Amino acid sequence: MKITSPLLGAASVALLLTLAACGGDSGGGSGDEGAADGGGEAATACEPSDGEVTLTFFSWVPGIEGVVDLWNEQNPDIQVEVQTGPNGNSGTYQNFFNQLEAGNPPDLGQIEFDALPNFRVQDGLTDIGGCEGVMESQEKFVDWTWSQVQLGEENAVYAIPQDTGPMAMFYREDLFTEAGIEVPTTWEEYAAAAEQVRENDGYITNFSTSDINQFAGFVWQAGGSWFGNEGDSWQVGLDSEESVQVADYWNGLIQDDLVSTLPPWTTEWDNAYNSGDAWTWVSAVWGANSIMSGAPDTEGDWRVAPMPTWGDEQAAGNWGGSTTAVFKGSEHPHEAAQFALWLNTSEEAHEALIEAANLYPATTEGQQLPALSEGVPFYGDQKIYEVFTEAGATVPTEWTWGPTMTQVYNDVSDGFSAAASGNGSLAEALTSTQESTTSALESQGIPVGE
Amino acid sequence: MSATPSSTAYRQSPVSRTVAMLVLGVFTLYFLTPIWWLFIAATKERGDLTTTNPLWFSDVNLLENLQGVFSYGDGILPRWLLNSVLYAGVGALVATLLAGMCGYALAKYAFPGREVIFNVVLGGVLVPATALALPLFLIFAQVGGTNTFWSVFLPSIVSPFGVYLARIYAASSVPDELLEAARLDGAGEVRTFFSVSVRLMVPALVTVYLFQFVAIWNNFFLPLIMLRDESLFPVTLGLYNWNTVVNQVPELRLYVLTGSLVSIVPLIVVFLLLQRFWRTGLGTGSLK
Repeated sequence: MKITSPLLGAASVALLLTLAACGGDSGGGSGDEGAADGGGEAATACEPSDGEVTLTFFSWVPGIEGVVDLWNEQNPDIQVEVQTGPNGNSGTYQNFFNQLEAGNPPDLGQIEFDALPNFRVQDGLTDIGGCEGVMESQEKFVDWTWSQVQLGEENAVYAIPQDTGPMAMFYREDLFTEAGIEVPTTWEEYAAAAEQVRENDGYITNFSTSDINQFAGFVWQAGGSWFGNEGDSWQVGLDSEESVQVADYWNGLIQDDLVSTLPPWTTEWDNAYNSGDAWTWVSAVWGANSIMSGAPDTEGDWRVAPMPTWGDEQAAGNWGGSTTAVFKGSEHPHEAAQFALWLNTSEEAHEALIEAANLYPATTEGQQLPALSEGVPFYGDQKIYEVFTEAGATVPTEWTWGPTMTQVYNDVSDGFSAAASGNGSLAEALTSTQESTTSALESQGIPVGE
Repeated sequence: MSATPSSTAYRQSPVSRTVAMLVLGVFTLYFLTPIWWLFIAATKERGDLTTTNPLWFSDVNLLENLQGVFSYGDGILPRWLLNSVLYAGVGALVATLLAGMCGYALAKYAFPGREVIFNVVLGGVLVPATALALPLFLIFAQVGGTNTFWSVFLPSIVSPFGVYLARIYAASSVPDELLEAARLDGAGEVRTFFSVSVRLMVPALVTVYLFQFVAIWNNFFLPLIMLRDESLFPVTLGLYNWNTVVNQVPELRLYVLTGSLVSIVPLIVVFLLLQRFWRTGLGTGSLK
């Protein structure tokens, strides 16, 4: 039996809420969790623990054990045990919430940027801003990543950025040259090129109606933000000006049959890229591997250029990326923070993470490593990572994720899929998600401001 | 599929026979195609997966794929297979023993509350395993038992349906006179059960075993919630994990397919070995 996610997810959440309501009293009354609670509150002090410490660290990065072994060899007093499972949205986030409820989460866990606000709102994270070296490391990280781990609070830090997904445009250089079409640098040129590509029986790209992160990256690039967080209250901006502008742009391309809307990550989708039906893909740095594995026949034909812009000013979106967070209840926040800093800022850890899982570091230094400065044969020996490094520096810092991203993704995706088959428009999907998101926040008791 | 033929319809006309065969043939094709697809996919090189006919061979690369999948991640796949065999194989054995004893007791001993207990057990049949996973997690968390072998094994040895089947079967197939005779000969209750009743109940017990084996093998949600240590994963959860990170490690796409092919082999073996008992057992349950 395969897990049928939305329904099952909803059922388990409902069950969890019921159980949480039952369990809350006994936990507080007996007071045997006192030590754990104290650990959370003392985070601002963040004192080192005495003696040997064993930390647990949950991550779904393939090969993470080898990276952690490097730390364990050098730090006999702070041993880290790796726990693993499926990626966040495939069950791990739900597990984290269950574990927080049961009082046995790991000390550290991998959490993607878009899921952090949810954990913060549920009070699942320890503020490590007061831990040694954390605040000082801010300058090492790409700007936008740091603002996303502070979650709108001045002196708080809720996680250490791990990897990022700056966006750029992969394009078929051979096809563009052959057809005599200029490689677009603005979205206006991109739409014009789309028409020419269509005349050559191709589609300029495939617009993802089900994986909403790509669209979010587009809005992010345009300087919009779907959420805002000031103090306790949240603002919802799914139907903001920038968001609607981007939606109308893509809606036009879909209406005119200039882009295809195949479901991403399927064989059909791979085939479209492999057979030359799709000419570009505006995607994140990790997309380089997706093309390599999905479109092996096109070796040598792809290049990478900065993503098209709305005006003259260079800006890029971001798609994906995760952090290392310390969970509420960890008894060793100091040691956990030290490990998280080492994992995400040290050269040896970066090299090992790139080697094991092609992670693209969140630090400016990490992005300059030799492994990321070489030409990639699949892309005609272009030094593709240089494009992404430049892109990463121009990602706007205003973007904020909300506490109910799963619901937002589902609702936008439903609306987009309907729009792609001729019912409504992308902008209408955003307007209706604006409403559903506001009521989802309110029903969780999260104040929504203007 | 086709109902047991009554005496008049026993000699079927060629037409209805053909229709029946056709329907069966279509269903067979329907069920076998995915397995065929999986087998073909597991024999291909990574590059050929999306580019060649999904239902026919290109370059046969099965041995290399098997080597790759068995050695990936320090050879974690054999470990997962072993875990699955332990959870499902041993778990189902214990579950069958418990269900057999319980059903037998409910059938053969009159005691106050017997029907209440039986009805409660019957109620248990209605509760899906998925719904129990989260409460079980919270209970195991209370005693510090999550992320252990036992957190998956212990819940697996309970089979309400097995109790039900064993009771029905014992009531009809173990004659009271035989038990009387055994007692007169001086056998204790335990000995009577193991040396007389179990033998008579074998078809039902095999059915319970098969049911429970498949149920544990397919119970994905419980290990997903309970386990965080890779070396404790059953093969289903392990392959699912790999599948969620194929974007980061593209070679895993092929290993997930090859691993899936390997992982259905034990199920096929168990079925082929035990299927004739399974059929008898199912029939027995349905008569009462």
